[in-house]
Amino acid sequence: MAGKKRIKVIMAKPGLDGHDRGAKLLARVFAEAGMEVVYTGLRQTPELIVDTALQEDADVVGLSSLSGVHNYFFPRVVELLRGKGLDDVLVVGGGIIPEEDVPGLKDSGVAAIFGPGTRTEDIVKFIEKEVRTQ
Amino acid sequence: MNKLVTEVLQGSVRAMARLITLVENEDPCSLEYLGAIYPHTGNAHVLGITGSPGTGKSTLTDRITTALRRRAQSVGIIAVDPSSPFTGGALLGDRIRMQRASGDSEVFIRSMATRGNLGGLARTTADVVKIMDAFGKDWIIVETVGVGQDEVDIVRTADTTIVVLAPGLGDTIQSMKAGVMEIADLYAVNKADRSGAEALLTEVKLRVEQDAEIKKTLWQAPVLKTVALDDQGTESLLDAVVSHRNFLKQSGNFEIVRREKAREETLSLLKEEISRTMVEKILGNGRFEALIDDIVAFRKDPYTSVQEIVGTIFPDSE
Ligand code: B12
Ligand SMILES: Nc1nc2c(ncn2[C@@H]2O[C@H](COP(=O)(O)OP(=O)(O)OP(=O)(O)O)[C@@H](O)[C@H]2O)c(=O)[nH]1
Ligand SMILES: [Mg+2]
Repeated sequence: MAGKKRIKVIMAKPGLDGHDRGAKLLARVFAEAGMEVVYTGLRQTPELIVDTALQEDADVVGLSSLSGVHNYFFPRVVELLRGKGLDDVLVVGGGIIPEEDVPGLKDSGVAAIFGPGTRTEDIVKFIEKEVRTQ
Repeated sequence: MNKLVTEVLQGSVRAMARLITLVENEDPCSLEYLGAIYPHTGNAHVLGITGSPGTGKSTLTDRITTALRRRAQSVGIIAVDPSSPFTGGALLGDRIRMQRASGDSEVFIRSMATRGNLGGLARTTADVVKIMDAFGKDWIIVETVGVGQDEVDIVRTADTTIVVLAPGLGDTIQSMKAGVMEIADLYAVNKADRSGAEALLTEVKLRVEQDAEIKKTLWQAPVLKTVALDDQGTESLLDAVVSHRNFLKQSGNFEIVRREKAREETLSLLKEEISRTMVEKILGNGRFEALIDDIVAFRKDPYTSVQEIVGTIFPDSE
């Protein structure tokens, strides 16, 4: 019986930010790359995002923010994930995020931040390389 | 017993999520785990929600779930969406329409991709139902992919099946003549706020009455109007589902159907296992390639050869 492991990604929009083009685009890009993608829709609290990751047994949580709420929401999602024992879930983020905020986000446990203009192939490659293997 | 299974039975959500992944991936251990799970199943009522794409299955699932929660029932949801036959990837979008139900700690939602299976469910959806059942969910709702006519696997999995129809989507009796119409225990004519709903309702009712004249059945599928978007008609729909459940229990059909399902499931597992192990053996002994050479050279034919091979494996099967 062949193991049929596929990378499962949660694509989430935390907070009240309504810019969803990037999140929807990436959801499609990840699916095209052979991943299974759950798009949560807009206006998600960190608690909802983490519940979704838990129930779906996600390998990756992708957070998209274009309205300047990343410094609160991204670390909070990581904190709640780790609180539920989801230590090996890869958290990546993107959107409009000033360069000077990136080191702080990385310290909080976000693996990488991808801003506008990033080639989507690079994002896919990063995930494929960094995702947990089991 | 296996640690993961024990944790699921003790109510660990994380363990359930992990176990579902193993089963979904058809991990080599999954049969053993499912074996351990099986004795703890059989308590949940399994509700199937099926119908054409975009009729409102996910929205309705969300509303039925909140109605069940008002009745203090715990709920597991399995939402199935298709995998791309080209990339193998999938966009699992049902959850977006389940915002009321998500965030409730007594509700567990799992999205599943079909991974190439054609019947409207994933190959392992029935196994995931069992895991949620053993975990202790009172109700398990299975939303199929948006189906056409042949994707009727749901009847083998669900105790009660709702077929969701909606006006303006080409949902007419003509377009649904085979398959899907035959599997309904209940019809929900959703989007009743839209024009064309009355006509569709009448059409479906007429069809159900005709069916009742053609073949006598103990249960006649009720046809109900809903506006899932505004949570209208949900309580009546759930009442009708509960009536169907009571009917199954009182008429003795429940036991008959469960036996049929157990038989079908065991038989299909048996076929799979036999074909897997036997083919492995046959291909392993090295003579198979020589046989193919003979067939290509017309010294033997494939039909007789297959009979001969089976004859050597099961010598007294004549
Ligand atoms: C289109 C747009 C809108 C549309 C949104 C439509 C929609 N449904 O998405 C509309 C017109 C509705 C809109 C409204 C507003 N907008 Co606007 N909008 C934009 C604009 C021009 C483009 C955004 C976009 O769609 N880009 C295309 C997508 C594909 O790119 P992207 O999201 O950046 O994604 C890429 C990367 O960032 C990355 N990425 C993104 N998310 C993720 C997630 C993960 C996990 C990963 C790995 C990567 C990743 O990958 C993508 C591909 O490379 C930007 C300016 C800009 N140049 O970015 C302003 C911008 C984002 N908007 C802005 C503002 C202020 C607003 C409004 C508040 C304006 C107002 N006063 O009304 C409202 C707020 C709406 C709301 N409810 O949130 C500001 C935000 C400023 C800030 N952050 O401080 C911007 C930056 C414009 C500006 N320079 O001022 N907006
Ligand atoms: N007007 C109206 N729209 C509805 C109703 N119920 C659902 N919708 C809308 O119909 C669209 C499809 O709803 P879903 O619940 O996603 O339908 P679905 O059958 O699950 O769709 P698939 O899973 O893609 O097949 C959404 O935009 C809903 O908001 C309703 O009762 N009335
Ligand atoms: Mg749906």
